[in-house]
Amino acid sequence: MSDATLDEICVVACAEAWRGDGAILASPIGIVPMIAARLARETFSPDLLITDGEASLIANPLPVGEGDGDMVVEGWLTYRSVFDMVWSGRRHVIMGATQIDRYGNQNISCIGDWQRPKVQLLGSRGGPGNTVNHATSYWIGNHSKRVFVEEVDFVSGVGYRRAAESGVTEFHEIRRVVTNKAVLDFDTEDHSMRIRSLHPGVGIEDVKEGTGFELVIPDEVDETRMPTDDELRLIRDVFDPQGLRKKEVAV
Amino acid sequence: MTEDAVIAELRDGMTIGIGGWGSRRKPMSLVRAIVRSDLQDLTLVSYGGPDVGLLCAAGKVKKVVFGFVSLDSIPLEPFFRKAREGGAIEAEEYDEGMLYLGLQAAAWRVPFLPTRAGMGSDILRVNPHLKTVRSPYGDEEFLAMPAIRLDAALVHVNRADPRGAGQLLGPDPYFDDLFLAAAERGYVSCERVVDTEDLLKEGTIHTLRINRATVHGVVEAPRGAHFTSCVPDYERDEPFQKEYAAAASDDDSWKAFRDRFLNGTEDDYRAAVGAFNER
Repeated sequence: MSDATLDEICVVACAEAWRGDGAILASPIGIVPMIAARLARETFSPDLLITDGEASLIANPLPVGEGDGDMVVEGWLTYRSVFDMVWSGRRHVIMGATQIDRYGNQNISCIGDWQRPKVQLLGSRGGPGNTVNHATSYWIGNHSKRVFVEEVDFVSGVGYRRAAESGVTEFHEIRRVVTNKAVLDFDTEDHSMRIRSLHPGVGIEDVKEGTGFELVIPDEVDETRMPTDDELRLIRDVFDPQGLRKKEVAV
Repeated sequence: MTEDAVIAELRDGMTIGIGGWGSRRKPMSLVRAIVRSDLQDLTLVSYGGPDVGLLCAAGKVKKVVFGFVSLDSIPLEPFFRKAREGGAIEAEEYDEGMLYLGLQAAAWRVPFLPTRAGMGSDILRVNPHLKTVRSPYGDEEFLAMPAIRLDAALVHVNRADPRGAGQLLGPDPYFDDLFLAAAERGYVSCERVVDTEDLLKEGTIHTLRINRATVHGVVEAPRGAHFTSCVPDYERDEPFQKEYAAAASDDDSWKAFRDRFLNGTEDDYRAAVGAFNER
């Protein structure tokens, strides 16, 4: 019986988003995705490229949240050259979302009317460009109706319906949404969000309760897979001995 | 030049590009000189950090052209937030790659560059001036990102020679050379002015990223990026950044911060920061 905790299940679920991605830039926004990218490369996706968060591509397994003393550098990737990866499609990002809707539109810009927002957030950053150029997934550590909304206040990251309306479907893919309750995807006829798997101990009702729109629920819903012993060792001993991941996961 | 001499060449209502990224290698001594000046109604173009926040707080800003504004270790820039939520400034929001293309188009003297970035997003909704263009070689529709022409650009670098050859010793040049190339007039502040023959003493030829053809004035400004980072010369001053962010909590705090750090000269600022760091 595995003693994996929820945060570790979330890390592995995020890592799974990068399975089969080959030699592309894995860009994680947040601690859980950061550990996940490093875990994916150390296990089933060995060709992924990963930066130190600055301009170095790092080749060796390094813990998150510590100095970069023992960094093995395999390349130089400035913020500007990240756009070469984005616009060529050689990238898969896991971003966060202050709001997300059923077609995968994401908002990190503002809450309320953009002209005079109730809350000014970060700004759209690379969301618009990322989503129409390469695979995008989302990590949401607090699955709730505040985040999963019927309609986002501002479309930063582009979802399926918007992409179709604007003729930019060719390179558009929202692969996964990983939360503290479940893994979701858009593998449905109209690309509306569905439950892909539930984390152990989570019921369909729990997920519905935290979602402000109707989810597609398949007849049979799998359980999110448990981390292997090797994955647990890597998460706990190699990538996150400080346990920083726990701060990002609401229990 | 001095900071004040640079600012004396700027005019009300200008569009000013500011180099750096977030709370990294920002030309803060030049920003502080704007705060002290009579300039107003500025349009700022920036990968925004405390440069944007400070100028908003000081009432110098008409409009901000941005993809994000952040203090990095503090995700949301509190003064920018206040200005947006209070309706004190106009906003022109882009995807950060669109901003790159807008500067590149200006630098290359073309009216636009085509991109997929922005298509389908609300960036188009809130920027009704944006147009799309059909590929002349096929059917695909692209966003035509217009050139962002700058009246002036301000950047901070590690070293420069007296004529404006600039050196970036840190790992990331950000978009500084592009801001200068997109501007009518470019101004570079630097940690230290060095003789031209000494430029390669501290870094390889690859670090000579700033071309003097784009530079109209050089200011020697030791710790001129403070409190943002300027590696390898210094890291971000995190305690000071926290103090700055806390000053956004109410008008009295901002006034106290301004009196303590911003009303005097750059020498006064350095002395006040020295006293702050010794607490």
